[in-house]
Order: sequence, then structure tokens, then C-alpha cells
Amino acid sequence: MGNKQTIFTDEQFEAYQDCTFFTRKEILQLHGRFHELAPHLVPLDYTNQPDIRLPLALIVSMPELKENPFRNRIVEVFSEDGQGNLSFNDFVDMFSALCETAPRELKTIYAFKIYDFNVDNFLCKEDLEKTLNRLTKGELTPEEVNLVCSKAMEEADLDGDSKLSFSDFENMISKAPDFLR
Amino acid sequence: MDIDGELDSGREDEVRWRDRNRKVKLSPRAGGRNGKQATSEEEEEEEDEAQRKRAHKKKAKVQDSEEEDEEEEDEAQRKRAHKKKAKVQDSEEEDEEEEKSIKRKGPKAAGRNKKAVKQVSEEESEEEERGKKRKGRKLTSKNQKEGQNKEKKSDAKGKSDAKGKGVKDKGNEKDKKKKNAKYSSSSSSGESGDEDSLSEGEIAAQKEEVEEKKKLIATLRNKPWRMKRRLKLLKECQAFVEKFEGALGKGKGRKLYAYKVIMAKVMMGLPYGSIPRKTVPRAQQAKAMDYSVLLDFGVRIFGVMPYLSTLLSLLKVQGYCKYSVLFYGYYNDERTIGLLQFRLPLSYLLVGVGIFGYSLMVVIRTMARNSDEGGDGGDDGQFTFTFKMFTSWDYLIGNPETADNKYASITTSFKESIVDEQENQKDENIHLRRFLRVLANLFILCSLGGSGFLIYFVVKRSQDFAKLDQNTLSWYEKNEVEVVMSLLGLVCPPLFETIAELEEYHPRIALKWQLGRIFALFLGNLYTFLFALFDDVNEKLEQEKYIKNATIWGLKEYYANYSTFHNTTDIPPPEIPPADVIRGPCWETDVGIEFVKLTVSDIQVTYLTILIGDFVRAVIVRFLNYCWCWDLEAGFPSYGEFDISGNVLGLIFNQGMIWMGAFYAPGLVGLNVLRLLSSMYYQCWAVMSCNVPHERVFKASKSNNFYMGLLLLVLFLSLLPVVYTIMTLPPSSDCGPFSGRAQMYDVVMETIEKDLPAFIGNIFTYATNPGLIIPAVLLMVLAIYYLNATSKNYQNANLELKRKMQMARDEEKNRRNNKESTNQVMHDLVGLLPNRSLIPPPAEEAPPPDSMSEKGSKFPKVAKRPGAADNVKGVNLQKDVSLAAPNSRAAVTRPPGPRVPPGNARGPPPGPGRGRGRGAPPPKC
Repeated sequence: MGNKQTIFTDEQFEAYQDCTFFTRKEILQLHGRFHELAPHLVPLDYTNQPDIRLPLALIVSMPELKENPFRNRIVEVFSEDGQGNLSFNDFVDMFSALCETAPRELKTIYAFKIYDFNVDNFLCKEDLEKTLNRLTKGELTPEEVNLVCSKAMEEADLDGDSKLSFSDFENMISKAPDFLR
Repeated sequence: MDIDGELDSGREDEVRWRDRNRKVKLSPRAGGRNGKQATSEEEEEEEDEAQRKRAHKKKAKVQDSEEEDEEEEDEAQRKRAHKKKAKVQDSEEEDEEEEKSIKRKGPKAAGRNKKAVKQVSEEESEEEERGKKRKGRKLTSKNQKEGQNKEKKSDAKGKSDAKGKGVKDKGNEKDKKKKNAKYSSSSSSGESGDEDSLSEGEIAAQKEEVEEKKKLIATLRNKPWRMKRRLKLLKECQAFVEKFEGALGKGKGRKLYAYKVIMAKVMMGLPYGSIPRKTVPRAQQAKAMDYSVLLDFGVRIFGVMPYLSTLLSLLKVQGYCKYSVLFYGYYNDERTIGLLQFRLPLSYLLVGVGIFGYSLMVVIRTMARNSDEGGDGGDDGQFTFTFKMFTSWDYLIGNPETADNKYASITTSFKESIVDEQENQKDENIHLRRFLRVLANLFILCSLGGSGFLIYFVVKRSQDFAKLDQNTLSWYEKNEVEVVMSLLGLVCPPLFETIAELEEYHPRIALKWQLGRIFALFLGNLYTFLFALFDDVNEKLEQEKYIKNATIWGLKEYYANYSTFHNTTDIPPPEIPPADVIRGPCWETDVGIEFVKLTVSDIQVTYLTILIGDFVRAVIVRFLNYCWCWDLEAGFPSYGEFDISGNVLGLIFNQGMIWMGAFYAPGLVGLNVLRLLSSMYYQCWAVMSCNVPHERVFKASKSNNFYMGLLLLVLFLSLLPVVYTIMTLPPSSDCGPFSGRAQMYDVVMETIEKDLPAFIGNIFTYATNPGLIIPAVLLMVLAIYYLNATSKNYQNANLELKRKMQMARDEEKNRRNNKESTNQVMHDLVGLLPNRSLIPPPAEEAPPPDSMSEKGSKFPKVAKRPGAADNVKGVNLQKDVSLAAPNSRAAVTRPPGPRVPPGNARGPPPGPGRGRGRGAPPPKC
């Protein structure tokens, strides 16, 4: 807005403001970052809502995500097509969910999605193993991984179906002292 | 979600409904009624047109808005159609009869309808005309209803402001929707003709819907939906609200809405925004806390007495510094100084004792606060692994090195837990281990005793050296004590660690033992040192007595000689330059010097250790690695590890030394402040540049109170000797602020006697009477006993409550697993699957049979939508249903422990296809 070129219309701004936790300025900043990732692909003018998607590799190279062991999963979860290609909407969505004003419930849901590697809405043992291996950079031996996963499953699985449903996860997370604090 | 359900129905629905409308309209009417009906038809069409125009306008702006508008329009029409249907049934009835029928529908419904009517009558002019007709009936209750109206409005506002959780919202919406349906079908709407074709019930329903939509807008950002879906919904809701608020509230509602949105933003923003916090945990925080707390602590306490810090010529403390402001001997015993009558001796004593009081208070307060923050700890151990797995990553990490450290620390913490777990399962030859442990403790006791003896020996020897001529002594002979103590502190801890290998304790327990042993070593050394020092002091006291007698004797001789020589009794004091005056040994200064020497040598040893042990080693490892036979970095020398607990212990002991020495060497405080400041930056540099994280970090304790407890112990132990010397040993007669007095605390007595009014002296005499003190002590003991007993009671009650809470939680868990409340979230989760954002979630499952017929017509039609083909939709519906199915299972009647093959009483077996939702929907119950 303002002296430069118009990036968003007022309506778009209001819509984004209502749908995310961001202010107008922050949305502009986000657009700046999005544009920065691929200046030749992303137009400066977003008033006509171009459907442009950036591939996962580009998004993952952002400093915010670069060091995150779950970066690929995060981007995949927030991408519309599940392949990690993010449109600007998805991009804003991602940062809205990750920003600190987002409520705990929302974060819990997305955390569940992120840890759900095989996208079946349950955290099964393979999911846990993948999570663990990413967290430790694969430095644990397979036996250790196995032990940890079965222990974790034992702890959090309340209905005994040897996979964690969302309610199991929610229950567990709600007691976590470190989640979101 | 019914909103979507409505949106689904597209134009065909509309057309169908219109047809029905037409049919209905064609039906015969009572005479007077026909005209009105005609007008209503016209109005309807006009409205349609207007809407279309609006829609077209919007089209210019927004692509989708036309569709939405028409969908809403369609919805409105559907409702009208319901009315008309009702009309068909009782088409012959008169207006008034219809009105009666409203009342017959039940007092509540009628009341609500009337409320709605009232609202409209306030707003619409047509409505007013009609109102006149019915004035007679209505006037009586008009005022009442206005009031009710307002209440209702404010209720609705409150609801929309309250930020409900997603699931609850859904529930409400569902309920409301049903209500709406009831109202719109039950109200027979006689007035529809003359009030813009909207019945009272409809208006009420619409109001509610508007409120709903507003609420949805306000909470939209909290919904776990795709952005596309959110944007679309937002547009739809906004359009809806704009349209109907415009119709109902004439723009007033819009302001209200904006206000509400702002309020919602404020309300949502504040509680999260104002609390700075991290997304996910930092495991290192606790350790960092230890360090910083202690540093802060040292600075704070010793900032109390800002003293001139003299640059020490480091080990030549004996020289000039001995007579500087650093030490006790510098201060003299003048009772008052200057105009303000500053009482130096008194303040010296009070500050010296006050430091201890203040330190005690700060330490205990910090401990109390820590234990408060430590919280319940009730859930500890319940989710050890799960918490580590899901909440240990810090999403704010952006620095590669930090990330590496985080990986390492997470791995370590997992290994720690694994070791914990394995320890639990391990059982071995317990006799052998017991024997080994006893042996190890024997070794350690030996080395402790040895180090104690060594120190005693060295201190004794140094006293012998001190009697010799200072110039003939070598540097080592002068500083033997300090060197030996530092060396012991350097050598013993690794020795202990080696011995502790024998014991095979669990690492955390082993760490505590290790810390305890180092603690014992330091304390033992310090106390041996102190006892040796006391011997020294006693010797000095003897010596001083001798010198004092000699001086008095010399003076007497001088006076006698002077009087006999000059034959006068008016004797001037002997003229000796102050530097030549015979002096006593001034044991206080000597003690102070010992402590300063200890501190300085400690600083030197620490700094040199870091420089050589860490920096030089790191440099060698780093650069010699290019041309070496084996891998130096991974192999033997490797990089130094930063020993957190050792460093914290070091800080604690340093603090203890300061506490002990500060009374006799006030300058020590300033020295220590400098030391802490420089060592913070120095060690920070060393850690960042040449240390690697500890291979296995085991925190000694989760709370900081472990170290604070040690600090408290050290404080107490360093308080003892100081208070003992203050209370028992006579001060030197010729140096220090208390010279010439029998005891140091005589200053206080003196002040009380001379400077304070007499009655205060009396009070003191009474207060120090044993008859008062003993009961006071007794009282305190009783109070402690009582408080202890109460706290135990509370603890028990706490445990009991925790158990109850646990039980309640389990119960709730069981119940929740059987309820359908999780359904909505499951839908949302499904909605987040790739390419699903705009697929509407299925309508409520198992709709009541009567409404089934209406809703059934909605389902088959899928609105034209980008990216969502019809066949996909079919699959989705099935999937949603199958995902919702687990909730339909029977109650869980057994504990979750033993695993049985799923299938019985748990809904469909979780086959491979089920997760993806390809399976057939399970039967509904």
C-alpha cells in the first residue's frame, strides 16, 4: 500500500486480517518474504489473486525453517496439494498457525498433522520412529528407537489401539509443560 | 457444518424451490388476502432483482460473490417456501386466526416470534403500519418486550464475543440450525405479506444466523482450515452479515460488528501477545538459569558495599595492600567521623553481620520462589518419552550451531531416559555391587582425609615459614597453602569421578554423589584451613599480648624517665613517626590476607585452567589434526567439555569464600565483583570457542533448588566461623575499628549506652535476659513443629487430590472416547488433507428423520467448485463417515492396559484401507 505499487486491495487485507493473526504490515512483510523467495515467479501485484505455488525446496530454504527437523513436514502439511507446493494463501496460513498469537488448540491440531507422517490421521509407530530419527539425526540405535517408540506409545495411547488418535495426542499435549510456554 | 451444507445447494435447488413457490402462490386465497399476497410476490421479485444487482456489482470486485449471494438468496427462498407450504395447509384461515395459531404453537415460540416482530416493528416502516392494526393487543406488552429484546441482543453479543472452541461452536451452530428450522417451519407467518416477506420467526432465526456468522468471522482464524476455505467462508459470512444486517439493523449493526471484531481481536491478542514465551521448550534453560542466578546473586549482594578496588600486584598482598582499604587493619577506632558523626566501628560490625542476614533472606526467598515455580510435578513421569518426542524441539532455532547443539541435547536426553528405563529393568549381582560401592566410598574417604591432612600440614608449615625472614623464602614457600589447595581442587574431582565408575550408579544419582563429594572436599579443605588459621590466630593473640605488655612497659618506662629527667608531670606523648610504632600482629588483617590470597589464587587457577585446558587444547586438536596419526577431534584429546555442575559448584565455593573473608577483608567484595564480571565474559568466550557440550548431560535436579540448597549450606557454614570470631575472640588492641575493646560487639553496647535514650538500653537489657530468650526459642521451636505438621497434612491432602484428579481424568477420557465431540476435529483434520480445503464437511450424521427429507435434496447436488469433482466428493463423504465411526463404538468398560485384537466393541477393524477412508462406511447405530 501507499506510495509504491498496490500489492493487495483493502478487501484482501481485511480478509487476511480476519483469517490470520497478522496485521496489515505483517501481511505485507510476509508477501515480501514470499516474493523474495522467487522474485521471477511471484508478482508484486496480488490484487488479482494469481495462483502461484512455490515448490517445497524454496520454502524450506527460509532461515525460519532451515534448521527445523520437521521442515518438510511443516510445509507439506500447509500445502494445499500435500506435495509441499505453497501458494501465498498457504504461506500466510502456515505463518499464522506458527505465530505466537495462535491459540494452543490450533497449534495442537497442526502439530498433530506435522507428526502424522503418513497422513492417516493417526500417529502410528512409524510416525513416531520418523519423528524420533529426525529429532536425533538418527543417532540412536534401532533398538533404542524401538524402545523409545514403544514407551511413548505405551504412555500416550489411552484406548489401547497401539496408535495415537488426536484425542490421545491432545490429552498428552495439554499436560506438557513445555508446549507453548 | 451446516453453513456449507446450505452452500452446497446450487441453482437447481433454487429453481426447484421457485417452482414450488409459484405453485403455492397460485393456490386460492381469501379475498382480502389476495392483494397482499400479490404485493408480497412483487416484493419478492423486486428483492431478487435487487440482490442480483448487488451480486453483479460484487462480481466486479470479487469473483465468487455472485454465487454466494444467490446461495443465500436461495436459502431465504427455501424458507419462504416453508411458509407457503404452511399456508397451503391452512389457506382458508383468516389473518387473526393465523395469529392465534402462532400463539397456539406454544407460549415460548410465540413469545420469541413476537419479540422478533417487535424488533422489526421498530425498524421497518411497513411493520409500523401493521403494528398499528394490532396496537390494541400489543401495546400492553410492548414495553416489556422491548426490554426483553435488548436482553436478547446483548446475550447474542456476549455469545459471539466469548471465543468458543471450535467444537463447541459447531455444536451451537447445529443446535441453532435445528431451532431455526423449527421456527421457520412452525411459524405460519400470516404477516409475511406486509413485512417484506419475512415472518417474525424468520427474522429471529435470521438474526441468530447473523450472530452466528459474526461469531464465525471472529473465530475464523482459530479454525484449522485451509486458507482458501477460510477466505471463502469469510466472504460468504461477510456478505451474509452485510446483507441482513443492512436489512435488519440499517447499518447500525455494521458498526457493532466492526467493534465486535476489534474486541475479539483485542481479546484474542492480549493473553497471548502480552506474555513473552517460547513456542517449544529449551532444555538448556535450567542450566543457564543456575549460572545466571548465581552470577546475578553475587553481584547483587556484593554491590551493597562499594569499595575502592585496588589493583593488586597479585601475589604481593603482603606489601602495600596489607595497609590499604582492602583490609580490616586500615579502619581505625574513632567512634564518630565528621560532622554527620558517622560511626565507623558500629557500621562496620552491622554491615558485616547484615550481609549474612541479607544473603540468607535472598537465598531463602529465591528457594521459596523456585519451589513455587517448580509447580506440582504431579504429571512427571507420566509422559516422559512422549513429551520429549513431541515438545522438545525449539521452533525458534535458526542458527545451525544452535540446531546442532539442540540435536545433541535431545539425543542426550533420550539416551538419559533410555538409561533410566534400562536401570529400572536391570538387576545384577547385588553383593558385588555393594562391595564395590563400599570400596569406592572407602577410597574417597581416604582421599578426603588425605587432602585434609595435606592442607593442615601445609598451613602449619607456612606458619613456620612465616617466622623466618621473608626475603629468604621462595615464591612457592610463600604461597604453598594456596597452591596446594588449588591443586587439590583440580586433581580430586576427576579422581572421584574415576572412583565413582566402580559404583555403577545411575548417572543422575552418580552426579549427585559426585557433587556431594566435591562439596565435601572443598568444605573439608576450607575448614581444615580455617582450623589451622585459628591456631595461627591464637598464636598471634599470645604474641600480641606480649607486644602489648612490652609497649605498655616501654611507655611506663618512658613516662618515668621523662618525669625524672624533666621533673614535671606534664608529659607529652613520645614522638615516634607512625611508621616506626611498634605494632601488634593484627590477626584480623592476616586472616583477611589469607582469604584474599585464596581468592586470587583461585582466580588464577581457574583462568589458567581454561586457557591451557580448553584453549590450548582446542588449538592443538584443531590444527594438529591435519597432520596427525589419528583423529584428534574424535579420538583421545578431543575438545574440552564444559562441566556445568562443576562450574556451578565452583561459583558456590567462591561465594562461600567471599562470605567468610568479607568481614576481615572488605575489599574482597570489590575484587570478587571484578572477578565475576571478567570471568563471565572470559568463560563465555571459552565455552563458545573451544568447548563441546557435555557428552551426557544429566541435570542434577529439575529445579534450581538443588544448587540453591548447596548455596544455603555454604552460607551457613561460612557464617559459623565469622560469627564465632566476632563473639569470642578479642579484637587486636592496636588495629581495626574495634581496637581497645574486649569484644567486637561492645560497640553496640557502647552505642546503646551513649547515643540512645536510656529506656532503649533498658529494653535491650530485658530483651537479652535469658528468661525472655529461652521462652522465645521455645516458642519458635513449637511454631516450627506446628508448621511442619500442617505442611505434612497439606501434602497428604495434595496427594489425595491428585489421585482424585487422575481418576476423574481417566473417567473423562473413557467418556470422551465414546462421545462424538471429537468428531468435528476429525473433520477438520480430514479437511487438512491435501486438496480438500474446499470440500464441505458432511452434514450432521443421522439427521432426524423429519428433516431428512428436506436435507436429502441438498446432498446430491454439488456446487460447481474449482478442483473438486463430483466423484471425489462421494469418496470424501464416505471417508468422513468412516472416520467418525470410532465414536459410535460401545463404552469402554475395561482399563486400557492389555491389548486385545481390535474389532470387538471397537467399531470396524483398522484395516489398511480405513485410514484413507476407502472402506465402506460402518453401520450407524
